[in-house]
Amino acid sequence: MSAPATVRPPRASGTQRAAAQRTARSLGRRRAVNVIMLGVMYVAALVAVLPLIFILWHLAREGASSISLDFFTKMPKPVGEAGGGMGNAIAGTLVLLGIASAIGLPIGIGAGLYLAEQRTARLATAVRFLSDVLNGLPSIVMGIFAWQFLVRPIGHFSAAAGGIALGAMMIPLVTRTTEEMIRLVPVSLREAALALGYTRWRTSLSIVLRTALPGIVTGALVAVARIAGETAPLLFTAFGNQFWSLSLDQPVSALPLQIFSYAISPYDEWHRLAWAGALVLIALVLIISLISRLVTRSRLGGGGD
Amino acid sequence: MSQPSHDAAIGAAPHGAAPAAVEGAIAGASIGDRIYRVVTTAFAWVVPLLLGLIALEVVLAAWPAFRTFGVGFLTSSEWDEVRGVFGAAPMIYGTVVSSVLALVLATPLALGVAIFLSEFAPSWLRQPVAFLVDLLAAIPSVVYGLWGIFVLLPVLREKVMPFLATTLGLAHTPFFSGPAYGPSMLAAAVILAIMVLPYISAVSREVLMAVPRSQREAAMALGATKWEMIRDAVVPYARSGIVGGIILGLGRALGETMAVTMLIGNRHEISSSLFAPGYTLASVIANEFAEATSEAHTSALMACGAVLLAVTLAVNVIARWLVWQVSREGK
Amino acid sequence: MTDLASPRPTPQRPYVAVPVATPAAVSPNAAPVTVGAERIAVHHLDAFYGATRSVRDVNIAFHDGTVTAIIGPSGCGKSTLLRCLNRMHETIPGARTEGEVLLDGHDIYARGANPIQVRRRIGMVFQRPTPFPTMSIRDNVAAGFKGLGGDVPSRRELDEIVERSLQRAALWDEVKDRLKDSAIGLSGGQQQRLCIARALATNPRVLLLDEPTASLDPISTQRVEELVYELRGSVTVVIVTHNMQQAARVSNRTAFMLAGELVEVAPTSALFTTPKDPRTEAYITGRFG
Repeated sequence: MSAPATVRPPRASGTQRAAAQRTARSLGRRRAVNVIMLGVMYVAALVAVLPLIFILWHLAREGASSISLDFFTKMPKPVGEAGGGMGNAIAGTLVLLGIASAIGLPIGIGAGLYLAEQRTARLATAVRFLSDVLNGLPSIVMGIFAWQFLVRPIGHFSAAAGGIALGAMMIPLVTRTTEEMIRLVPVSLREAALALGYTRWRTSLSIVLRTALPGIVTGALVAVARIAGETAPLLFTAFGNQFWSLSLDQPVSALPLQIFSYAISPYDEWHRLAWAGALVLIALVLIISLISRLVTRSRLGGGGD
Repeated sequence: MSQPSHDAAIGAAPHGAAPAAVEGAIAGASIGDRIYRVVTTAFAWVVPLLLGLIALEVVLAAWPAFRTFGVGFLTSSEWDEVRGVFGAAPMIYGTVVSSVLALVLATPLALGVAIFLSEFAPSWLRQPVAFLVDLLAAIPSVVYGLWGIFVLLPVLREKVMPFLATTLGLAHTPFFSGPAYGPSMLAAAVILAIMVLPYISAVSREVLMAVPRSQREAAMALGATKWEMIRDAVVPYARSGIVGGIILGLGRALGETMAVTMLIGNRHEISSSLFAPGYTLASVIANEFAEATSEAHTSALMACGAVLLAVTLAVNVIARWLVWQVSREGK
Repeated sequence: MTDLASPRPTPQRPYVAVPVATPAAVSPNAAPVTVGAERIAVHHLDAFYGATRSVRDVNIAFHDGTVTAIIGPSGCGKSTLLRCLNRMHETIPGARTEGEVLLDGHDIYARGANPIQVRRRIGMVFQRPTPFPTMSIRDNVAAGFKGLGGDVPSRRELDEIVERSLQRAALWDEVKDRLKDSAIGLSGGQQQRLCIARALATNPRVLLLDEPTASLDPISTQRVEELVYELRGSVTVVIVTHNMQQAARVSNRTAFMLAGELVEVAPTSALFTTPKDPRTEAYITGRFG
């Protein structure tokens, strides 16, 4: 039996006293339900945050001891030998992120500018919707796409194919944050520039985009952080490499790929390296998230005019 | 919005009445504006074209398998590389079961967090908790997998599975029978639940916050307690948006690859027990791609990808549509 | 909005000495400033937002050496009329115009006319101050030259232009020591004068002011009004205001608009003392609006 949603005022009849008592009793119970649900919500929030805390704690405990200068500069050692690092994987990840950004940022920002300026155009509505859909596609599908589109015709795995797969994932992310950040720029600034005799493109680039730039940079960083940890698309494209390679048309190692293969290996030494690699990856993500949080907050807090 | 009037700002006169050409100071057109517009429009077109290209390439990669096995690919559970016979039924089963189970675990929690953040949380707690929950979405899948292998699996194997089977006495039911190895459908579902929770809670929080103040005030004015207001006015109003958020979470769960590959056990069998290993569409691709030597095997894996693409595409379109409806009403 | 009709504290200010100009103010011999040539002429102008016609068949001229105030109740189309004078109206999606606006005899809406060129010759200041937040005070004033692309003045020339413009906008003394600081640090009134300096920097022949004091405090309002009064000798000013006292203080011609129509335009003193149209009389005596 659930508590009634509304309080009925006591009726002015012979049963007034009884009704009043009943109301008081049910009011008490409804208050109790209210307090209990409040408690349940607090517990839910706590439980939701717990896995994060556990993950961060385990990463720090298992990974921190293996992090040293060697980890960033040395190559992986063969099985059975202690030491070694993930230098080639870290370099490979940087190469992949470079290619992805070179593709994802200009296209994403350009499309975002279009969405912010042609707000009501039919193409804008479609692009907005489809970038949300694209954003929800599994990353492994991006890998299959890049494999069929690039790796197969070319005949071998390559850093370029991996970077393109990751860049395609960046496009919808960057498009949407760019649009959102540009929308925060007051229309009056655009009008002021136009009234000064600025052309539309100069107004867009040197006034509007320039004003929104801190937010867009943050959004770009968040997008980079998100694809930095992507593994599935790289299985079909960058593939992984035991050796140093920065060549774009050769297979290349990447931090998440290396974490994956070490994690499922049977060797303790490799497990340690996997934890250390995961810690590095998470540190990157955490730092970028914190920066973006601070930038967005200062924008919201200090933007008074 | 009529397009011609918009173009007027770029150069030509908006009314054709006086075609007398203007000489001197105020004449001239801005080529730059036309170029700028063409370039940004071209960038905008990349998004739909990319989506189309992805669909095309994935279907092309999967085509040989679909042509060979037809609809049987979806219903057969035989997967034999040697004989070259492939059926994806166990993967489809595993994908659906792990995702649905993950949603069952994650949804109440995610809704609790969303309601807590939008209605109950004191303002000093709101930002940090929201940040931490959002951070769950930022953790790479492979890190979840790593943590799952070394932390979650031992706990499930030594504590949770014995508790379910023995202490609660569920071992005789088909769902919790068999030996508790660790890598299992249950492990995959638990990790997926943690992974989709931030998506569901973020969308739900957004739509809950979009509920107009008038809805809340109406309930409050009738004398409802805060919880009653939420249950009777706020949640019903935001219902379709919340459903959209859950479906969005479903989309994420269906396509999650690395963490699931590392925890589900990777076996081509349909088992009713959640303790038994399984397979998902995504994990079979990730796990077998490198060792697939025959064209038929590779194509069968790609066909799994195509099925996954079709399902997630549909799920995402439905979810986005639901969420859009609500946020549009709210504004 | 503060009532600015109350007695002014500084009677020695020049513009207060002419609170209501005599009808003769427009005739060259008696006027405090000489009325020059016709700078802008508007013929049969209509302005639309989609299907809504918000300016109806307006005919009006603006002369050199005058400050013309456009008054009327909110929604009467006075801002829209102003925005038609430098082709800002059409920047709103779905907005369009019909009719002629001649700037120095050339129709700015003619085929081949470029709105960019038009806007460079006509300065505009809006209701709310719009300094560019990413630019310093100096760069804000010089901003009009950055949009040009082509013949940009040298650094030295630009410094001179910045100083001269800030002096004309009566802001130089307050900001000369912090030209490199962000314009966001200025007060609202200073920001608005900065926007006026920015508009004046490119030496426009016409200055359009769209309720420039609507978001300012009384002191800042007074400074901007003084400034407008002083500018009348060097630039043709059109000011939109919903404040009749302001119109009386700063302008020597006043136009009254109602429901998109231009009801009456006359020397300011004449319009406020002996309006010809009963609707004008009703408005200035406070019977509506």
